[in-house]
Amino acid sequence: MPRLGGMERAKRREAIGLVMPSLLPILVLSVAPLVMGVALAFTDARLVRNPDYDFVGVDNFVRLADNSFFWDSFRIGMIWAVSVTLLQLAAGMGLALLLNSGLRLQGLTRVLALIPWAMPPVVVAIMWKMIYSPNAGPLNAFLGALGLPDDTNWLADFSTALPAVIVVGVWIGMPQTTVTLLAGLQQIPGELHEAAAMDGAGAWRRFRAVTLPSLRPIITSITSLNFIWNFNSFSLVYILTEGGPGGRTMLPMLFTYLEAFKNRNIGYAAAMGVVLVVVVVLLLTLYLRSQFRDEKKG
Amino acid sequence: MRTLVRPAQYAALALYIVFLGFPLLWLISASVKSSAELNSLTVSLIPQAWHWENYAQSLARQGLVHSAWNSLVVALASTALVILIALPAAYVLARLKGKIRAAGVGWILVSQVFPVILVILPLFLILRTIGLTDSLVGLTLVHTTYTLPFALWMLQGYVAAIPLDLEEAGSMDGATRFTVLRRIVVPLLAPGVVATAMFSFVSSWNEFFFALVLLQSPENYTLPITLTMFIGGEGKVALGPLAAGSVLAAIPSIVFFSIMQKKLTGGLLSGAVKG
Repeated sequence: MPRLGGMERAKRREAIGLVMPSLLPILVLSVAPLVMGVALAFTDARLVRNPDYDFVGVDNFVRLADNSFFWDSFRIGMIWAVSVTLLQLAAGMGLALLLNSGLRLQGLTRVLALIPWAMPPVVVAIMWKMIYSPNAGPLNAFLGALGLPDDTNWLADFSTALPAVIVVGVWIGMPQTTVTLLAGLQQIPGELHEAAAMDGAGAWRRFRAVTLPSLRPIITSITSLNFIWNFNSFSLVYILTEGGPGGRTMLPMLFTYLEAFKNRNIGYAAAMGVVLVVVVVLLLTLYLRSQFRDEKKG
Repeated sequence: MRTLVRPAQYAALALYIVFLGFPLLWLISASVKSSAELNSLTVSLIPQAWHWENYAQSLARQGLVHSAWNSLVVALASTALVILIALPAAYVLARLKGKIRAAGVGWILVSQVFPVILVILPLFLILRTIGLTDSLVGLTLVHTTYTLPFALWMLQGYVAAIPLDLEEAGSMDGATRFTVLRRIVVPLLAPGVVATAMFSFVSSWNEFFFALVLLQSPENYTLPITLTMFIGGEGKVALGPLAAGSVLAAIPSIVFFSIMQKKLTGGLLSGAVKG
């Protein structure tokens, strides 16, 4: 028996040795910064050479509560994240169902559906800037050909900028949702659908009664992940509009980035980061809880 | 009823194809158009004349090749590092049960939703202290750290798929543990390692945010940063070469992605669901 204990210990030591090389960079470059980031939120740190900063308690948070620009940005971030996530789900579901129903052109569609996922976000943003271009862009040319107003400056107009970037957000995020839902659809046993069809259920009834309930766990996880990814998204909108016009697309990540690296108020920016994380975690907990409860009921 | 369903489905599919595909076609078309045509009011997908020299011009301009080289170095180095350190850890993760595995898997999932904006501030301070801001070495380390969790996730799935019996049969034959790993486990893992490497490469090659924050001098810029510098002075910019450069920047990612697309099907979630 003691020998076995010795072997177990040796095995454990070996395991730790094998895990260490991965653990070390994660601890130094990911866990430590996270902890330090939270600590930074309680200081007046500035991004200067030879920083010299003090603990200021909850001052940053008190100031933040009165910062209407931050809360405007927060509201825009919520609109962005919720609409992109819902549209991704709806569009992804539609495409996944089509890809699962034995049509032609599937190969082409599958490839097309993956490309946005692979492309560098910078290239996606450059591409859509061209599509939205007010004078020589294809979107306005198309609208003009239909006899509609063709002089909208999509990314610079106060009312169209946010919807325009949301469309790009859906474009870039749809593939992952589609692929995930498609994988889920393919796991639903065909007999379930056949049984429902025998009972005389139409396509819509079958979707409600068979497809949706089977996909439920997958829908819950992919919407949660999408919501967080979208809320944390930065590159796309930074390049498309830099938060403009007049802050209409100023996602919270952009706002915080500018506070930290343009205004150099790194402590204050950290407080913003903490608030954003806490709110997202809270919302997600509520969502997952309600989903879990429904599942129990259903 | 049935006769109406199919045409409706094809109409919907056509809309998807246009929505997903048209922007790509437009970018490619813009990459061979002259500036005159790109700024003219007659808009057409098919170029009036094919200006392939846009590609040559984009390569000749503003250090595009140099920053592509930087991107390549960072992507290759971080990919090599990721595989090197993730492989042993993934092996342990897949083969050991109990608390370590639960903690590891839990951490991987949490890291997918990591608040990058909160992390970047202290990370910047840490890297500045050790002189690794505005450095490709620093960027490589950061890319490695942030690709690691997903790479671990992918790899441990591949390890878990190798039957333990195979390894035990190896040890019965008197092979040492190291030999078993080298002769049996590693060859079986090769396809998984290739897929994971491609994923790491694409993540690093496409990455924008960390590069934007960490890199300051133009000679260190990676490709995405240099491309955004092109957009800078709106109107004055030669759109044709910008589009050409963008097409070139997207090619490596798209090629790798299409090779590994089957392995990504379901991605993170299928792993989670199948356990």
